[in-house]
Amino acid sequence: MKPGYFGSYGGAFIPEILHETFQQLTAHYEAAREDPAFWAEYIALMENYSGRPTPLTFAANLSDHFNKRIYIKREDLNQTGAHKANNVMGQGLLVKRMGKKRVIAETGAGQHGVATATMAARMGLACTIYMGAIDVERQRPNVFWMEQLGAQVVPVTSGSQTLKDAVNEAMRDWVGSMDDTHYVLGTACGAHPFPEMVSWFQSVIGKEAREQILKLEGRLPDRVYACVGGGSNAMGVFQGFLEEEEVALIGVEAGGKGLETGQHAARLASADATEGVAQGYRTFFLQDGDGQMKDTHSVAAGLDYVGVSPILADLHIQGRVRFMAATDDEVVEALKFLMKSEGLIGALESSHAVAGALRELPEMADGSVVIINLSGRGDKDIFTIADALDDPGWRQFIAKKAQQYAQLDKERS
Amino acid sequence: MEIDKQTQEKPILLMSHLVLGYPSLEENRQVIAQMVAGGVDLMELQIPFSEPIADGPMIARANQVALDGGFKVREGLAFIAEMVQEHPIPFLIMTYYNILVAYGVEDFIREAARMGVKGLIIPDLPPQEAGQAMDWCREHGGGELDWIQLMTPTSSDARLAEIGHNASGFVYCVARKGVTGNQTDFGKELATFIKRCRAATTLPLAVGFGVKSREDVAQLTGLADIAVIGTAAIHIHEAQGAEAVGQFFSTLR
Repeated sequence: MKPGYFGSYGGAFIPEILHETFQQLTAHYEAAREDPAFWAEYIALMENYSGRPTPLTFAANLSDHFNKRIYIKREDLNQTGAHKANNVMGQGLLVKRMGKKRVIAETGAGQHGVATATMAARMGLACTIYMGAIDVERQRPNVFWMEQLGAQVVPVTSGSQTLKDAVNEAMRDWVGSMDDTHYVLGTACGAHPFPEMVSWFQSVIGKEAREQILKLEGRLPDRVYACVGGGSNAMGVFQGFLEEEEVALIGVEAGGKGLETGQHAARLASADATEGVAQGYRTFFLQDGDGQMKDTHSVAAGLDYVGVSPILADLHIQGRVRFMAATDDEVVEALKFLMKSEGLIGALESSHAVAGALRELPEMADGSVVIINLSGRGDKDIFTIADALDDPGWRQFIAKKAQQYAQLDKERS
Repeated sequence: MEIDKQTQEKPILLMSHLVLGYPSLEENRQVIAQMVAGGVDLMELQIPFSEPIADGPMIARANQVALDGGFKVREGLAFIAEMVQEHPIPFLIMTYYNILVAYGVEDFIREAARMGVKGLIIPDLPPQEAGQAMDWCREHGGGELDWIQLMTPTSSDARLAEIGHNASGFVYCVARKGVTGNQTDFGKELATFIKRCRAATTLPLAVGFGVKSREDVAQLTGLADIAVIGTAAIHIHEAQGAEAVGQFFSTLR
């Protein structure tokens, strides 16, 4: 098989101008993988900076309720509140090895942008974040933090002005700036070596979870649930259990307003996606008959993407990972349920994994052992979640705040 | 495509570029007629794609506007066939690989050959992925449909040699780093780069990315065989209308 391919998926479909840049990146990545000192440095950094290993929390109340043994892998406890930290710190160490001085990144909801900005601050790198203009409008708190951390945030006004367009714009920067700049891609997608490299950094999740469940339960889990946007947190946790066929691995995609409405981002769980090549790699895309990418929808901005990791596409075709979709409504219910029963505030993205598990738990045998990967925390998404929950007190608070700002502006002018 | 004979008669050839469906196929028809009347020697017609990663903001926006206006690939191909019949110059198709994938790569190439298109420029299908497509061009094109390779300043000499080895028709030299439409410095660096390209192929060289004036074309004359004008023509068209485009090209050389 050609390098960078997973079955028929993956590859490196990049403009010729980036050929040497990808050669250099691949060489550094492969050298790092061969070097045990690199991984040791990475783990030491993640322990010291990001609180790893993250706990595998026993969800006592949920377990009681369903008569199962349910565990939550706590990626929400990472630096900046999501598994994104694993990837950016790993790539940051690689940037140091390559001797580059600047990083760029795309971001949808803003989590990967914030994570990249913290890495850049910590490692002393210049940082530019590309973000769809619509997302900039929707995610002001994350824009605020990126800017405070010293990053330049560039609103992208081309295309649908969301995540995929931010990826295109970051690529446009990179074809002119590759000499001193590294593109920190945020998920297990894109041209080789990104899918493999990002999955490698995220594999820390699965390595820990495997060790933890063996210690806590003395056996492997029956099922592992993870949400799937680009697919990096799912790849991360699944890698701990891929070899054992008896462990069922379930990816939960964004069902949006329902698969039948067409307003969703389910590439593998729906029949709507077809094989294509875009943004540097071959996978399943939500596209029309001409090959033009469609608009996608999800209550969770981080899952709202047209493509999916080529590694997951292959695992889907092999039948090793099963895919399902959770609707926006199910996800909001799941978020509330986990909060009330365990005191854990999951991100809307991660709540897809919870929703998938909640739907299937009743039909599983009593005493089954289940791991749910909670990829990120939700309290940073207070604006989005408050909207999703339609909370009247919050609305009142914001309206009042708006009045105060308007008054202040008036007094100043 | 027989570029050699043409280059012997003119100091440099002009290749124009436009995005189909931007702002409409009807407007494209007028602009193409103007370009041909203005002395354009070859024409590159871009089939819009929703993710144009190698294009700058201007052309990327043109792609989006065309798609928002309801552009469909099959209508675009019918339009290209019409242009090939109507105008006596070689037409090339520029687009992204997914357009071919969605159509069926071999079907697309067979159709392009049948229509009399002379070349395909697919910037996101690098040589290591393009073997099969090149074979189909040879098989269905009967020597008339060229797979146009791209050479860039970041390519090593070994890489340029590899690209040159597989090239046919002419080679498209990307004059600088960055995306379409940005400023290019036509200085010593460009001359050095073109020299490296010459060493890698005996085929004619087209130089694109940022050519926008008579001065730019004059500087390329003697250095390259074909000057490619893309973004500059879109600017003229937007600011002054279709007729000004013909005028613009007639003063370039």
